[in-house]
Amino acid sequence: MSDSLRPTSSDDNQGAQPLYVPIKRRSFFVYAGATAGATALLLAGCNDDDSNVDANTTVDVGAGDVGVLNYAYALEQLEAAFYAEVLKGGYFTGLAPAAAERQIFADIALHEQIHADFFKTALAGNAIKALTPNFSAINFGDRTSVLTSARAFEDLGVAAYNGAGRFITDPKFLVVAGKIVSVEARHAAIIRDLITPNSFVANDVVDFSTTSATARQERSKLPAEVLTTANTFLAEGSKVSAKSLV
Amino acid sequence: MNFFNIINKLSEVDPDVLGRLDTRRSVFSSLNTVSKRAALASAPAFLAAFFSKAYAGTSAGDPKEVFNYALTLEYLEADFYNKMIASAQFATASAVDQASIRQISKHETAHVNLLKTVISGIGGTPVAPVTFKAATFATLTTFAKQLEVAQLLEDTGVRAYKGRAGDLQGIADVTITGVGTINPLQAALQIHSVEARHAARIRTMRGQTSWINGDGDLDNQEHYKGAIPESTITQSGVNLTTGLGTTYTAKDAQASFDEILTVAEVLAPSRAGGLVGA
Repeated sequence: MSDSLRPTSSDDNQGAQPLYVPIKRRSFFVYAGATAGATALLLAGCNDDDSNVDANTTVDVGAGDVGVLNYAYALEQLEAAFYAEVLKGGYFTGLAPAAAERQIFADIALHEQIHADFFKTALAGNAIKALTPNFSAINFGDRTSVLTSARAFEDLGVAAYNGAGRFITDPKFLVVAGKIVSVEARHAAIIRDLITPNSFVANDVVDFSTTSATARQERSKLPAEVLTTANTFLAEGSKVSAKSLV
Repeated sequence: MNFFNIINKLSEVDPDVLGRLDTRRSVFSSLNTVSKRAALASAPAFLAAFFSKAYAGTSAGDPKEVFNYALTLEYLEADFYNKMIASAQFATASAVDQASIRQISKHETAHVNLLKTVISGIGGTPVAPVTFKAATFATLTTFAKQLEVAQLLEDTGVRAYKGRAGDLQGIADVTITGVGTINPLQAALQIHSVEARHAARIRTMRGQTSWINGDGDLDNQEHYKGAIPESTITQSGVNLTTGLGTTYTAKDAQASFDEILTVAEVLAPSRAGGLVGA
Protein backbone atom coordinates (compact mmCIF):
# COMPACT_ATOMS: atom_id res chain seq x y z
CA MET A 1 0.00 0.00 0.00
CA SER A 2 1.60 3.27 -1.08
CA ASP A 3 2.11 6.49 0.77
CA SER A 4 -0.23 8.21 -1.64
CA LEU A 5 -3.05 6.82 0.47
CA ARG A 6 -2.02 9.00 3.35
CA PRO A 7 -4.51 11.83 3.59
CA THR A 8 -3.11 15.26 4.13
CA SER A 9 -5.98 16.58 6.13
CA SER A 10 -5.88 17.80 9.71
CA ASP A 11 -7.51 14.54 10.71
CA ASP A 12 -4.00 13.16 11.01
CA ASN A 13 -3.71 14.03 14.65
CA GLN A 14 -6.56 11.69 15.41
CA GLY A 15 -4.32 8.87 14.36
CA ALA A 16 -2.83 9.07 17.82
CA GLN A 17 -6.08 8.04 19.48
CA PRO A 18 -6.42 4.50 20.71
CA LEU A 19 -8.59 2.10 18.72
CA TYR A 20 -11.11 1.41 21.42
CA VAL A 21 -12.76 4.80 21.10
CA PRO A 22 -15.07 5.50 18.18
CA ILE A 23 -12.99 6.83 15.34
CA LYS A 24 -13.99 8.91 12.40
CA ARG A 25 -14.20 7.37 8.99
CA ARG A 26 -11.41 9.41 7.55
CA SER A 27 -9.07 8.70 10.37
CA PHE A 28 -9.89 5.03 10.06
CA PHE A 29 -8.40 5.20 6.61
CA VAL A 30 -5.47 7.11 7.97
CA TYR A 31 -4.69 3.97 9.90
CA ALA A 32 -5.13 1.93 6.80
CA GLY A 33 -2.90 4.14 4.73
CA ALA A 34 -0.19 4.67 7.26
CA THR A 35 0.39 1.10 8.18
CA ALA A 36 2.28 -1.50 6.23
CA GLY A 37 0.15 -4.28 7.67
CA ALA A 38 -3.00 -2.37 6.91
CA THR A 39 -5.14 -5.38 6.12
CA ALA A 40 -4.18 -7.13 9.30
CA LEU A 41 -4.91 -4.04 11.32
CA LEU A 42 -8.26 -3.57 9.65
CA LEU A 43 -9.32 -7.06 10.51
CA ALA A 44 -7.94 -6.89 14.00
CA GLY A 45 -9.54 -3.52 14.60
CA CYS A 46 -12.90 -4.68 13.36
CA ASN A 47 -13.00 -8.08 14.90
CA ASP A 48 -15.48 -6.99 17.49
CA ASP A 49 -18.18 -4.60 16.35
CA ASP A 50 -18.78 -3.15 19.73
CA SER A 51 -15.21 -2.16 20.32
CA ASN A 52 -15.54 0.38 17.56
CA VAL A 53 -18.85 1.96 18.33
CA ASP A 54 -20.29 3.91 21.13
CA ALA A 55 -22.83 1.72 22.91
CA ASN A 56 -25.22 4.65 22.99
CA THR A 57 -25.21 5.29 19.26
CA THR A 58 -27.83 3.87 16.98
CA VAL A 59 -27.48 1.72 13.91
CA ASP A 60 -28.65 3.98 11.11
CA VAL A 61 -30.12 2.20 8.11
CA GLY A 62 -28.72 4.74 5.64
CA ALA A 63 -30.30 6.60 2.77
CA GLY A 64 -32.06 5.78 -0.48
CA ASP A 65 -33.14 2.30 -1.49
CA VAL A 66 -30.36 0.75 0.59
CA GLY A 67 -31.78 2.60 3.58
CA VAL A 68 -35.27 1.20 2.98
CA LEU A 69 -33.94 -2.31 2.44
CA ASN A 70 -31.84 -2.08 5.61
CA TYR A 71 -34.88 -0.79 7.47
CA ALA A 72 -36.80 -3.85 6.28
CA TYR A 73 -33.82 -6.02 7.18
CA ALA A 74 -33.80 -4.61 10.72
CA LEU A 75 -37.50 -5.37 11.20
CA GLU A 76 -37.18 -8.85 9.70
CA GLN A 77 -34.22 -9.56 11.97
CA LEU A 78 -36.35 -8.57 14.94
CA GLU A 79 -39.27 -10.75 13.83
CA ALA A 80 -37.02 -13.71 13.05
CA ALA A 81 -35.35 -13.43 16.45
CA PHE A 82 -38.73 -13.20 18.16
CA TYR A 83 -40.11 -16.36 16.53
CA ALA A 84 -36.84 -18.22 17.13
CA GLU A 85 -37.39 -17.51 20.84
CA VAL A 86 -41.05 -18.52 20.58
CA LEU A 87 -40.04 -21.94 19.22
CA LYS A 88 -37.76 -22.45 22.23
CA GLY A 89 -40.25 -21.19 24.81
CA GLY A 90 -42.61 -23.09 27.07
CA TYR A 91 -45.77 -22.02 25.30
CA PHE A 92 -44.70 -23.50 21.97
CA THR A 93 -42.94 -26.59 23.30
CA GLY A 94 -46.02 -27.36 25.37
CA LEU A 95 -48.31 -27.47 22.36
CA ALA A 96 -49.52 -30.86 21.15
CA PRO A 97 -47.56 -32.12 18.13
CA ALA A 98 -50.62 -31.85 15.90
CA ALA A 99 -51.84 -28.50 17.26
CA ALA A 100 -52.67 -25.95 14.59
CA GLU A 101 -50.90 -23.24 16.56
CA ARG A 102 -47.70 -25.27 16.54
CA GLN A 103 -47.74 -25.48 12.74
CA ILE A 104 -48.64 -21.81 12.41
CA PHE A 105 -45.74 -20.61 14.55
CA ALA A 106 -43.32 -23.09 13.00
CA ASP A 107 -44.26 -21.81 9.51
CA ILE A 108 -44.12 -18.13 10.40
CA ALA A 109 -40.73 -18.56 12.08
CA LEU A 110 -39.35 -19.96 8.83
CA HIS A 111 -40.93 -17.21 6.71
CA GLU A 112 -39.37 -14.50 8.85
CA GLN A 113 -35.99 -16.20 8.87
CA ILE A 114 -36.15 -16.43 5.07
CA HIS A 115 -37.04 -12.72 4.86
CA ALA A 116 -34.13 -11.75 7.10
CA ASP A 117 -31.67 -14.03 5.28
CA PHE A 118 -32.92 -12.72 1.95
CA PHE A 119 -32.26 -9.08 2.86
CA LYS A 120 -28.88 -9.96 4.31
CA THR A 121 -27.94 -11.75 1.10
CA ALA A 122 -29.36 -9.06 -1.18
CA LEU A 123 -27.68 -6.22 0.72
CA ALA A 124 -24.38 -8.08 1.05
CA GLY A 125 -21.68 -5.59 2.12
CA ASN A 126 -24.27 -2.84 2.50
CA ALA A 127 -26.24 -4.67 5.19
CA ILE A 128 -26.46 -3.34 8.71
CA LYS A 129 -25.00 -5.55 11.40
CA ALA A 130 -26.78 -8.43 13.09
CA LEU A 131 -28.95 -6.83 15.76
CA THR A 132 -29.19 -8.02 19.34
CA PRO A 133 -32.79 -8.20 20.55
CA ASN A 134 -34.05 -7.62 24.05
CA PHE A 135 -37.21 -9.61 24.68
CA SER A 136 -37.17 -9.30 28.46
CA ALA A 137 -40.70 -7.85 28.34
CA ILE A 138 -42.08 -11.03 26.75
CA ASN A 139 -42.96 -14.20 28.63
CA PHE A 140 -42.30 -16.99 26.14
CA GLY A 141 -43.97 -19.49 28.42
CA ASP A 142 -47.28 -17.67 28.31
CA ARG A 143 -49.68 -17.98 25.37
CA THR A 144 -51.19 -14.53 25.78
CA SER A 145 -47.80 -12.84 26.02
CA VAL A 146 -46.54 -14.65 22.92
CA LEU A 147 -49.68 -14.04 20.86
CA THR A 148 -50.04 -10.37 21.72
CA SER A 149 -46.34 -9.81 21.03
CA ALA A 150 -46.64 -11.63 17.70
CA ARG A 151 -49.64 -9.50 16.82
CA ALA A 152 -47.71 -6.35 17.66
CA PHE A 153 -44.73 -7.40 15.52
CA GLU A 154 -46.85 -8.43 12.53
CA ASP A 155 -49.11 -5.37 12.55
CA LEU A 156 -46.02 -3.20 12.97
CA GLY A 157 -44.36 -4.94 10.03
CA VAL A 158 -47.31 -4.37 7.72
CA ALA A 159 -47.65 -0.73 8.77
CA ALA A 160 -43.90 -0.28 8.27
CA TYR A 161 -43.80 -1.70 4.75
CA ASN A 162 -46.91 0.26 3.77
CA GLY A 163 -45.36 3.46 5.10
CA ALA A 164 -41.94 2.90 3.53
CA GLY A 165 -43.01 1.99 0.00
CA ARG A 166 -43.00 5.63 -1.04
CA PHE A 167 -39.29 5.96 -0.17
CA ILE A 168 -38.27 3.27 -2.68
CA THR A 169 -37.01 4.49 -6.05
CA ASP A 170 -36.21 1.25 -7.86
CA PRO A 171 -39.41 -0.48 -9.02
CA LYS A 172 -37.96 -3.94 -8.51
CA PHE A 173 -37.32 -3.23 -4.84
CA LEU A 174 -40.89 -1.96 -4.49
CA VAL A 175 -42.20 -5.24 -5.91
CA VAL A 176 -40.01 -7.21 -3.50
CA ALA A 177 -41.41 -5.22 -0.59
CA GLY A 178 -44.93 -5.81 -1.94
CA LYS A 179 -44.31 -9.55 -2.13
CA ILE A 180 -43.29 -9.61 1.51
CA VAL A 181 -45.83 -7.22 3.02
CA SER A 182 -48.80 -9.32 1.95
CA VAL A 183 -47.26 -12.35 3.64
CA GLU A 184 -46.81 -10.27 6.78
CA ALA A 185 -50.48 -9.30 6.51
CA ARG A 186 -51.41 -12.99 6.26
CA HIS A 187 -49.39 -13.64 9.42
CA ALA A 188 -51.05 -10.72 11.19
CA ALA A 189 -54.52 -11.95 10.24
CA ILE A 190 -54.09 -15.48 11.58
CA ILE A 191 -52.35 -14.33 14.77
CA ARG A 192 -55.15 -11.85 15.44
CA ASP A 193 -57.76 -14.54 14.87
CA LEU A 194 -55.98 -16.82 17.34
CA ILE A 195 -56.39 -14.06 19.95
CA THR A 196 -59.93 -12.99 19.06
CA PRO A 197 -61.94 -14.63 16.28
CA ASN A 198 -62.71 -12.21 13.45
CA SER A 199 -60.21 -9.59 14.53
CA PHE A 200 -58.16 -10.19 11.37
CA VAL A 201 -59.01 -6.70 10.10
CA ALA A 202 -60.43 -5.07 13.20
CA ASN A 203 -60.85 -1.33 13.25
CA ASP A 204 -57.55 -0.81 15.02
CA VAL A 205 -55.74 -1.83 11.82
CA VAL A 206 -58.16 -0.36 9.30
CA ASP A 207 -59.16 3.26 9.57
CA PHE A 208 -62.91 3.24 9.08
CA SER A 209 -63.45 6.94 9.01
CA THR A 210 -64.45 8.42 5.68
CA THR A 211 -62.85 11.78 6.25
CA SER A 212 -59.17 11.11 6.82
CA ALA A 213 -56.23 10.62 4.51
CA THR A 214 -56.16 6.94 5.42
CA ALA A 215 -59.94 6.47 5.25
CA ARG A 216 -60.96 2.86 4.69
CA GLN A 217 -57.38 1.65 4.41
CA GLU A 218 -54.95 -0.16 6.64
CA ARG A 219 -53.10 2.25 8.86
CA SER A 220 -49.44 2.72 8.02
CA LYS A 221 -46.54 4.13 9.97
CA LEU A 222 -43.48 6.11 9.01
CA PRO A 223 -40.03 4.74 9.94
CA ALA A 224 -39.52 7.02 12.95
CA GLU A 225 -42.75 5.83 14.57
CA VAL A 226 -42.09 2.19 13.74
CA LEU A 227 -38.56 2.31 15.12
CA THR A 228 -39.68 3.87 18.38
CA THR A 229 -41.66 0.67 18.98
CA ALA A 230 -39.09 -1.68 17.47
CA ASN A 231 -36.27 -0.20 19.55
CA THR A 232 -38.00 -1.21 22.77
CA PHE A 233 -37.20 -4.79 21.73
CA LEU A 234 -33.57 -4.12 20.78
CA ALA A 235 -30.59 -4.09 23.12
CA GLU A 236 -28.37 -1.07 23.71
CA GLY A 237 -26.00 -0.75 20.79
CA SER A 238 -28.53 -2.40 18.48
CA LYS A 239 -31.15 0.32 18.44
CA VAL A 240 -31.98 1.40 14.93
CA SER A 241 -32.51 4.83 13.38
CA ALA A 242 -33.62 5.87 9.90
CA LYS A 243 -32.54 9.49 9.83
CA SER A 244 -32.73 9.77 6.04
CA LEU A 245 -36.16 8.17 5.63
CA VAL A 246 -38.43 11.06 6.52
CA MET B 1 -6.11 1.25 -8.44
CA ASN B 2 -6.35 0.42 -4.80
CA PHE B 3 -9.79 0.30 -3.23
CA PHE B 4 -8.75 2.52 -0.33
CA ASN B 5 -7.44 5.03 -2.79
CA ILE B 6 -10.79 5.10 -4.58
CA ILE B 7 -12.65 5.72 -1.37
CA ASN B 8 -10.15 8.39 -0.39
CA LYS B 9 -10.51 10.21 -3.67
CA LEU B 10 -14.28 10.01 -3.47
CA SER B 11 -14.21 11.36 0.04
CA GLU B 12 -12.25 14.40 -1.15
CA VAL B 13 -15.12 15.50 -3.36
CA ASP B 14 -17.87 14.04 -1.20
CA PRO B 15 -16.95 13.88 2.49
CA ASP B 16 -19.99 11.75 3.20
CA VAL B 17 -19.37 9.15 0.53
CA LEU B 18 -19.17 6.33 3.02
CA GLY B 19 -22.37 7.50 4.63
CA ARG B 20 -23.99 7.19 1.26
CA LEU B 21 -22.55 3.80 0.65
CA ASP B 22 -23.32 2.39 4.00
CA THR B 23 -23.49 3.29 7.64
CA ARG B 24 -20.22 3.73 9.42
CA ARG B 25 -20.81 0.87 11.81
CA SER B 26 -21.70 -1.59 9.15
CA VAL B 27 -18.64 -0.61 7.18
CA PHE B 28 -16.67 -1.71 10.19
CA SER B 29 -18.59 -4.87 10.71
CA SER B 30 -18.46 -5.61 7.01
CA LEU B 31 -14.71 -5.86 7.25
CA ASN B 32 -14.95 -8.89 9.48
CA THR B 33 -15.05 -11.33 6.65
CA VAL B 34 -13.14 -11.55 3.45
CA SER B 35 -16.29 -11.95 1.39
CA LYS B 36 -17.80 -8.84 2.87
CA ARG B 37 -14.63 -6.89 2.27
CA ALA B 38 -14.89 -7.94 -1.34
CA ALA B 39 -18.46 -6.68 -1.40
CA LEU B 40 -17.39 -3.35 0.01
CA ALA B 41 -14.61 -3.15 -2.56
CA SER B 42 -17.30 -3.04 -5.21
CA ALA B 43 -18.90 -0.04 -3.51
CA PRO B 44 -17.97 2.50 -6.19
CA ALA B 45 -19.84 0.40 -8.74
CA PHE B 46 -22.74 0.33 -6.33
CA LEU B 47 -22.56 4.10 -5.97
CA ALA B 48 -22.79 4.51 -9.73
CA ALA B 49 -25.81 2.24 -9.77
CA PHE B 50 -27.32 4.24 -6.95
CA PHE B 51 -26.98 7.50 -8.85
CA SER B 52 -28.35 6.02 -12.05
CA LYS B 53 -31.31 4.74 -10.06
CA ALA B 54 -31.84 8.08 -8.40
CA TYR B 55 -31.97 9.89 -11.70
CA ALA B 56 -33.53 7.24 -13.91
CA GLY B 57 -37.06 8.29 -13.03
CA THR B 58 -39.73 5.75 -12.38
CA SER B 59 -42.06 3.57 -14.34
CA ALA B 60 -45.01 5.63 -13.18
CA GLY B 61 -48.24 5.04 -15.04
CA ASP B 62 -51.52 6.91 -15.05
CA PRO B 63 -52.94 6.69 -11.52
CA LYS B 64 -56.47 7.19 -12.85
CA GLU B 65 -56.10 4.07 -14.97
CA VAL B 66 -54.50 2.10 -12.12
CA PHE B 67 -57.24 3.05 -9.66
CA ASN B 68 -59.98 2.29 -12.18
CA TYR B 69 -58.46 -1.15 -12.64
CA ALA B 70 -58.53 -1.58 -8.87
CA LEU B 71 -62.09 -0.26 -8.75
CA THR B 72 -63.21 -2.85 -11.30
CA LEU B 73 -61.85 -5.65 -9.11
CA GLU B 74 -63.37 -4.14 -5.99
CA TYR B 75 -66.76 -3.89 -7.72
CA LEU B 76 -66.51 -7.56 -8.60
CA GLU B 77 -65.62 -8.55 -5.04
CA ALA B 78 -68.22 -6.27 -3.46
CA ASP B 79 -70.98 -7.67 -5.67
CA PHE B 80 -69.86 -11.23 -5.00
CA TYR B 81 -70.11 -10.76 -1.23
CA ASN B 82 -73.47 -9.01 -1.54
CA LYS B 83 -74.78 -11.98 -3.50
CA MET B 84 -73.24 -14.35 -0.97
CA ILE B 85 -74.80 -12.65 2.06
CA ALA B 86 -78.18 -12.60 0.32
CA SER B 87 -78.03 -16.31 -0.56
CA ALA B 88 -79.77 -19.16 1.24
CA GLN B 89 -76.42 -20.96 1.60
CA PHE B 90 -75.06 -18.13 3.75
CA ALA B 91 -77.69 -18.79 6.40
CA THR B 92 -76.24 -22.29 6.85
CA ALA B 93 -72.83 -20.96 7.89
CA SER B 94 -71.64 -20.58 11.48
CA ALA B 95 -72.10 -17.26 13.24
CA VAL B 96 -68.34 -16.65 13.24
CA ASP B 97 -68.05 -17.36 9.52
CA GLN B 98 -71.02 -15.13 8.75
CA ALA B 99 -69.43 -12.33 10.75
CA SER B 100 -66.16 -12.77 8.82
CA ILE B 101 -67.91 -12.47 5.47
CA ARG B 102 -69.89 -9.45 6.63
CA GLN B 103 -66.71 -7.74 7.79
CA ILE B 104 -64.96 -8.47 4.48
CA SER B 105 -68.01 -7.33 2.54
CA LYS B 106 -68.01 -4.07 4.47
CA HIS B 107 -64.40 -3.45 3.47
CA GLU B 108 -64.91 -4.23 -0.20
CA THR B 109 -67.81 -1.79 -0.36
CA ALA B 110 -65.67 0.76 1.46
CA HIS B 111 -62.84 0.22 -1.01
CA VAL B 112 -65.26 0.87 -3.88
CA ASN B 113 -66.31 4.15 -2.30
CA LEU B 114 -62.75 5.17 -1.51
CA LEU B 115 -61.50 4.45 -5.02
CA LYS B 116 -64.39 6.35 -6.59
CA THR B 117 -63.54 9.34 -4.39
CA VAL B 118 -59.85 9.13 -5.24
CA ILE B 119 -60.43 8.75 -8.99
CA SER B 120 -62.79 11.72 -9.04
CA GLY B 121 -60.41 13.65 -6.80
CA ILE B 122 -57.52 13.28 -9.25
CA GLY B 123 -59.63 14.33 -12.20
CA GLY B 124 -60.70 10.95 -13.52
CA THR B 125 -64.03 9.30 -14.15
CA PRO B 126 -64.77 6.13 -12.16
CA VAL B 127 -65.53 3.14 -14.38
CA ALA B 128 -69.06 1.75 -14.45
CA PRO B 129 -69.77 -0.99 -11.93
CA VAL B 130 -69.28 -4.62 -12.91
CA THR B 131 -71.10 -7.53 -11.33
CA PHE B 132 -70.32 -11.14 -10.54
CA LYS B 133 -71.82 -13.38 -13.24
CA ALA B 134 -75.16 -14.60 -11.90
CA ALA B 135 -75.04 -17.87 -13.83
CA THR B 136 -71.67 -18.71 -12.26
CA PHE B 137 -72.87 -17.72 -8.80
CA ALA B 138 -75.84 -20.06 -9.20
CA THR B 139 -73.46 -23.00 -9.54
CA LEU B 140 -72.07 -22.32 -6.06
CA THR B 141 -74.67 -24.42 -4.36
CA THR B 142 -73.04 -24.61 -0.93
CA PHE B 143 -71.39 -22.13 1.44
CA ALA B 144 -68.17 -24.11 1.00
CA LYS B 145 -68.27 -23.62 -2.77
CA GLN B 146 -68.89 -19.91 -2.29
CA LEU B 147 -65.83 -19.76 -0.03
CA GLU B 148 -63.69 -21.41 -2.71
CA VAL B 149 -64.50 -18.55 -5.08
CA ALA B 150 -63.98 -16.00 -2.31
CA GLN B 151 -60.48 -17.39 -1.76
CA LEU B 152 -59.67 -17.20 -5.47
CA LEU B 153 -60.98 -13.63 -5.64
CA GLU B 154 -59.01 -12.46 -2.61
CA ASP B 155 -55.73 -14.12 -3.53
CA THR B 156 -56.12 -12.76 -7.07
CA GLY B 157 -56.85 -9.29 -5.67
CA VAL B 158 -53.64 -9.35 -3.63
CA ARG B 159 -51.65 -10.31 -6.72
CA ALA B 160 -53.39 -7.68 -8.84
CA TYR B 161 -52.63 -4.76 -6.49
CA LYS B 162 -49.05 -5.94 -6.14
CA GLY B 163 -48.71 -5.97 -9.91
CA ARG B 164 -49.58 -2.28 -10.23
CA ALA B 165 -47.53 -0.83 -7.36
CA GLY B 166 -44.73 0.11 -9.74
CA ASP B 167 -47.15 2.15 -11.82
CA LEU B 168 -47.89 4.38 -8.84
CA GLN B 169 -44.27 4.91 -7.90
CA GLY B 170 -43.13 8.51 -7.73
CA ILE B 171 -46.60 9.95 -8.26
CA ALA B 172 -47.05 13.09 -6.21
CA ASP B 173 -49.42 13.31 -3.25
CA VAL B 174 -52.92 14.43 -4.11
CA THR B 175 -55.26 16.45 -1.97
CA ILE B 176 -58.85 15.30 -2.04
CA THR B 177 -61.64 17.42 -0.67
CA GLY B 178 -63.10 15.97 2.48
CA VAL B 179 -60.40 13.31 2.80
CA GLY B 180 -57.06 15.08 2.92
CA THR B 181 -53.70 14.57 1.27
CA ILE B 182 -52.95 11.05 0.18
CA ASN B 183 -50.00 9.39 -1.46
CA PRO B 184 -51.41 7.25 -4.31
CA LEU B 185 -48.87 4.44 -3.87
CA GLN B 186 -49.37 4.32 -0.12
CA ALA B 187 -53.16 4.22 -0.51
CA ALA B 188 -52.89 1.29 -2.89
CA LEU B 189 -50.49 -0.52 -0.55
CA GLN B 190 -52.88 0.07 2.34
CA ILE B 191 -55.72 -1.56 0.43
CA HIS B 192 -53.39 -4.34 -0.75
CA SER B 193 -52.59 -5.44 2.81
CA VAL B 194 -56.27 -5.47 3.76
CA GLU B 195 -56.92 -7.78 0.80
CA ALA B 196 -54.14 -10.03 2.08
CA ARG B 197 -55.78 -10.17 5.51
CA HIS B 198 -59.08 -11.10 3.84
CA ALA B 199 -57.36 -13.80 1.83
CA ALA B 200 -55.75 -15.19 4.97
CA ARG B 201 -59.09 -15.30 6.79
CA ILE B 202 -60.96 -16.99 3.95
CA ARG B 203 -58.18 -19.54 3.59
CA THR B 204 -58.28 -20.44 7.29
CA MET B 205 -62.09 -20.64 7.18
CA ARG B 206 -61.56 -23.28 4.50
CA GLY B 207 -59.00 -25.20 6.57
CA GLN B 208 -56.10 -24.01 4.39
CA THR B 209 -52.88 -22.38 5.53
CA SER B 210 -53.16 -18.59 5.59
CA TRP B 211 -50.22 -18.45 3.17
CA ILE B 212 -49.72 -20.04 -0.23
CA ASN B 213 -47.28 -22.91 0.17
CA GLY B 214 -48.29 -25.26 -2.64
CA ASP B 215 -50.24 -27.63 -0.41
CA GLY B 216 -53.57 -25.87 -0.90
CA ASP B 217 -56.52 -27.63 -2.51
CA LEU B 218 -56.88 -24.81 -5.06
CA ASP B 219 -53.18 -24.27 -5.78
CA ASN B 220 -53.51 -25.85 -9.22
CA GLN B 221 -55.99 -23.17 -10.30
CA GLU B 222 -54.86 -20.55 -12.80
CA HIS B 223 -55.19 -17.90 -10.09
CA TYR B 224 -51.96 -19.20 -8.55
CA LYS B 225 -50.10 -19.54 -11.83
CA GLY B 226 -49.07 -17.01 -14.49
CA ALA B 227 -45.75 -15.74 -15.80
CA ILE B 228 -44.51 -15.50 -12.20
CA PRO B 229 -46.40 -18.27 -10.40
CA GLU B 230 -46.93 -18.47 -6.65
CA SER B 231 -44.61 -21.49 -6.70
CA THR B 232 -41.67 -19.16 -7.38
CA ILE B 233 -38.69 -19.79 -5.08
CA THR B 234 -36.18 -17.32 -6.59
CA GLN B 235 -36.36 -13.65 -5.57
CA SER B 236 -34.12 -10.95 -7.07
CA GLY B 237 -31.92 -13.67 -8.50
CA VAL B 238 -31.49 -15.38 -5.13
CA ASN B 239 -32.65 -18.97 -4.83
CA LEU B 240 -34.30 -18.99 -1.41
CA THR B 241 -33.93 -22.73 -0.91
CA THR B 242 -30.19 -22.95 -1.52
CA GLY B 243 -28.80 -19.42 -1.74
CA LEU B 244 -29.27 -18.04 1.76
CA GLY B 245 -26.67 -19.93 3.75
CA THR B 246 -29.41 -21.94 5.46
CA THR B 247 -31.34 -24.48 3.41
CA TYR B 248 -35.09 -23.97 3.25
CA THR B 249 -37.80 -26.11 1.68
CA ALA B 250 -39.47 -24.97 -1.54
CA LYS B 251 -42.75 -24.90 0.39
CA ASP B 252 -41.47 -22.35 2.91
CA ALA B 253 -39.62 -20.40 0.21
CA GLN B 254 -42.76 -19.92 -1.87
CA ALA B 255 -44.96 -19.19 1.14
CA SER B 256 -42.69 -16.41 2.36
CA PHE B 257 -43.19 -14.31 -0.80
CA ASP B 258 -46.46 -13.62 -2.66
CA GLU B 259 -46.28 -12.98 -6.40
CA ILE B 260 -47.77 -10.50 -8.87
CA LEU B 261 -50.24 -10.93 -11.70
CA THR B 262 -50.28 -8.61 -14.71
CA VAL B 263 -53.42 -6.81 -15.84
CA ALA B 264 -53.81 -9.20 -18.77
CA GLU B 265 -53.44 -12.18 -16.45
CA VAL B 266 -56.00 -10.89 -13.95
CA LEU B 267 -58.54 -10.06 -16.64
CA ALA B 268 -58.09 -13.38 -18.46
CA PRO B 269 -61.24 -15.56 -18.63
CA SER B 270 -59.48 -18.19 -16.50
CA ARG B 271 -59.19 -15.71 -13.62
CA ALA B 272 -61.21 -12.65 -12.58
CA GLY B 273 -62.20 -11.81 -16.16
CA GLY B 274 -64.29 -14.98 -16.41
CA LEU B 275 -66.32 -14.05 -13.34
CA VAL B 276 -67.54 -10.70 -14.66
CA GLY B 277 -70.96 -10.67 -16.27
CA ALA B 278 -74.61 -9.97 -15.96
